[in-house]
Amino acid sequence: MKVFLMYKDRNFDLQQELPSNAQALIQDLALDTLFNAMACGDEFLFEVARKALLAGLNNDPDIIIYRQDILKDCLENPAIIRAIYDIAIESIEREKKNYLGIFSRYPAAILHRSLEVLQLFVEMLKKLRTIADEHAGKFRSEGFTAFFKMLNRELSDEYFAIIQKHLRELQFRGGVLISAELGKGNKGNNYILRKPLDKKQGWMERIFGPRPAVHTFSIAERDESGARALAELKDRGINLVANALAQSADHILAFFKTLRAELAFYIGCLNLHGRLSSIEESVCFPLPAVPGERRYSFKGLYDACLALTLGRKVVGNDVNADRKDLVIITGANQGGKSTFLRSIGLAQLMIQCGMFVPAEFFCASTCDGLFTHYKREEDVTMKSGKLDEELNRMSDIVDLITAHSMVLFNESFAATNEREGSEIARQIVGALLDKHIRVFFVTHLYEFAHSFYDKNMANALFLRAERQDDGSRTLKLIVGEPLQTSYGEDLYNSIFGTSCPSDSASNPACSSDNSLVMD
Amino acid sequence: MTFQSILFKNPEDVKETVTVPGFFGDLNLDQIIDAITAGKDEYNLKPFFYTPLNDIDAIVYRQEIMQELEDETLFEQIKSFAQKIRTMREHLAQASKLHYKYQKERYFLDAVEIYCDAVNCLVDDLSLTELKSRGFLAFREYLTNYSQSEPFSSLLAETKKLQAELATVKYCLLIKGNRISVRKYEGEIDYGKEVEKTFERFRQGAVKDYRVEFSTWLDMNHIEAQILDLVTRLYPDIFLHLDNYCAENGNYLDETIAVFDREIQFYIAYLEYIAILKQKGLKFCYPQITNKCKEIYDYEGFDLALAYKLAREGATVVCNDFYLRGKERIFVVTGPNQGGKTTFARTFGQLHYLASLGCPVPGREAHLFLFDKLFTHFEKEENIKNLYGKLQDDLLRIHDILSQSTSNSIIIMNEIFTSTTLKDAVYLSRKVMEKIIQMDLLCVCVTFIDELAFLSEKIVSMVGTVVPENPAVRTYKIVRRPADGLAYALAIAEKYRLTYDWLMERIKL
Repeated sequence: MKVFLMYKDRNFDLQQELPSNAQALIQDLALDTLFNAMACGDEFLFEVARKALLAGLNNDPDIIIYRQDILKDCLENPAIIRAIYDIAIESIEREKKNYLGIFSRYPAAILHRSLEVLQLFVEMLKKLRTIADEHAGKFRSEGFTAFFKMLNRELSDEYFAIIQKHLRELQFRGGVLISAELGKGNKGNNYILRKPLDKKQGWMERIFGPRPAVHTFSIAERDESGARALAELKDRGINLVANALAQSADHILAFFKTLRAELAFYIGCLNLHGRLSSIEESVCFPLPAVPGERRYSFKGLYDACLALTLGRKVVGNDVNADRKDLVIITGANQGGKSTFLRSIGLAQLMIQCGMFVPAEFFCASTCDGLFTHYKREEDVTMKSGKLDEELNRMSDIVDLITAHSMVLFNESFAATNEREGSEIARQIVGALLDKHIRVFFVTHLYEFAHSFYDKNMANALFLRAERQDDGSRTLKLIVGEPLQTSYGEDLYNSIFGTSCPSDSASNPACSSDNSLVMD
Repeated sequence: MTFQSILFKNPEDVKETVTVPGFFGDLNLDQIIDAITAGKDEYNLKPFFYTPLNDIDAIVYRQEIMQELEDETLFEQIKSFAQKIRTMREHLAQASKLHYKYQKERYFLDAVEIYCDAVNCLVDDLSLTELKSRGFLAFREYLTNYSQSEPFSSLLAETKKLQAELATVKYCLLIKGNRISVRKYEGEIDYGKEVEKTFERFRQGAVKDYRVEFSTWLDMNHIEAQILDLVTRLYPDIFLHLDNYCAENGNYLDETIAVFDREIQFYIAYLEYIAILKQKGLKFCYPQITNKCKEIYDYEGFDLALAYKLAREGATVVCNDFYLRGKERIFVVTGPNQGGKTTFARTFGQLHYLASLGCPVPGREAHLFLFDKLFTHFEKEENIKNLYGKLQDDLLRIHDILSQSTSNSIIIMNEIFTSTTLKDAVYLSRKVMEKIIQMDLLCVCVTFIDELAFLSEKIVSMVGTVVPENPAVRTYKIVRRPADGLAYALAIAEKYRLTYDWLMERIKL
């Protein structure tokens, strides 16, 4: 009995290790905003959203489409999905509430507890099958079709009857019959629980035919250690069957837990969909492509986290970066570069885990690793210390990088002077490109950006944060050559309120937002 | 040749040393021997490793055996034999500890069965193996004769028969209330399996194991003993047989085989230890040993202790070559800190010591000297307070070494006289070196004093090298080259291995 609503052939593993750069991704892409929108205050939904998004980087286009279809079913039948989700939750809660703490070192106790839990589960499974019987016809996805079929096949009335019979027999009213052999040092071993040959007459009573030799003894009333030894022998006999029952109970519990975890992902998607609809943002189901096709184009891609935070529609971007390995983004401060970069990372994570994306159209090759290397504002200590820290993080990324990785750089290697920073960036990006790793780089390092521009590479795209002539920004990016200024004067002017023409004309580079680390 | 010992060619040479040789710590041989003998305490192997041989043929005798054991099949056969004998010992120990008669007897029976099996398997295995070493050939002859002897054959037959009888015992217990009934088993089906099958379809993957671990006391409680008693009444003949067997076979173990079992571990332990390194592509060879010619060499050698550590961490090991020709006797090693100088000195010492034990040594090809004595003098960081006292100690120690040395000795010195002024250090070092040169003994001297490298034609200068275009990177290569005293800068991107070249190497796609 398998759920298989996240993968065709395996369970979604909530315990799985996240990639070690997960914390960096959460911080750099502001993922908590997204998780919160999916969770709607529910801790479990939050956790599932976190795991599904951050662990989705190995999913291939098949899995993505499989989930997209299931999600479409969910969007059409939200009430049924929530009803099944509630059955899973109730089963888990009641198992925990009623029987918690009965864990024990005695097979007899384990057996007793398992019998009661199994009774409860049988009842819940019957409920689940009733829903399946009523609503299966409304679902079209491969995943749900298989799921409902499975319930129908595995949970027949006959099967429920067999289970009941065993639950009765395992009370052992006629005593426990156990076989044994001589083990190490002639100590009894290989204790196996046996089903008596004749149900009505115990073997002791069979007096006809060749009578087998039987020797009997009793434990004296006051022999407490003897009674304990006897109980232990009995426990040895029922050990395996107690284990089998307890494990069966656990397996059914695991089934409900998997059901809850896998549906939680889709419930999260439903929640997010609701939030985005309420601010009139649209979404679409992306077209995933294999890495080899090197697809990367979209229309109207917006930063969902920004939209959720602001609670209103935000500006989207259109980019065709098909067959590009390197995208360098330059231009005005607060011109939407970081927002754009974040929307790229966010969209990639959403695509990989089978969600819709915040765009009108999106077609992208999948990746198997996503890394962010952002300038970190916090520890602005000494110049060298900061560059050390940046390079150290870069080295960590290199340790983890995989063939179809994507790396997002945001103002990296600016902790030293431009020439050095450019040289470091040039060497790193050069190597990544030669290894065919996809790179998005937001930068003010003009020397670096322009050195790649001058190479006229077919696989590089240059975007610029656009500025209207009057200085007001559109927050849209355009294709264009890197310029040696980032319009920092705009920012200066907007904060200080007065224009300072001599300053900006003589040394525009100085107004970049790296001024914190200048000598 | 009658078989005596797999470790000593001449019975009169059999010797074990209990004390650790003085130079073990300096050369990290203590680490090496600790790692080699780890988990083999019961064999007490260290005394063998503390005892170098001083006869070339005795060394060759071991080299032959070790080389033969490098054959994987033979190696596994011997290991399997040793494992069996070890299990046998455990069984005997257990038998003496237990309380109830039929328990003791069964453990004894098992021990003998394991012993017979160990002997027979090894005889079979060796008979199919083409052996060349003198040691193994003699041992095989001994073992084969023993296995065909009458006492051994009848011991084996009796043991097998009794085990087969005991295996037929199978009984049932019916427990109801405080009564237990015991009778023979009559073919009732396994009920647990049936239950398990019913719930099979819910299987989801790994779940908790609820099987309770019962005490694994080998002892029985009185209920178990009472049951066994009833079982013996169900099968009286079998248990009478067991009583008689134990009474008759108390003294079954052969002394020569017991000694072999211990001594062969010397080879096993060493080969297992170097196997990890061979796997990493490092080479070992059987050195030619001489006590006449000092034109020694070793190609692609390395520090065994360090290599073992690096290999376990997955790091690469740097190999080095050395050779002495003609009048050359002394290596003076200079170069950057942390550049592998001390490692080179240790390698030199380790190679010679290990060779004297009859072991294969690190390297592709080696020709080594059979020393009479080996001395080391390594600078210790501690007791740096009393400089004068320390210098005096150093000199006394060196005087001691030189007075005990002969022209067949080896001396290894590492950064001596660092605690004094440069002028003093140069003066004293020169004096000591002149002595060594005059005595014509083999020596390695690690020093920061470049001048020493140019003292005599007997001296070979070895230098720790760096990557020419980036002096911050050590190669750990020690090469023949005049001492040069390079300066070393640090490039930050290099430090993090983030240059283009580094990345192309690091990103393995």
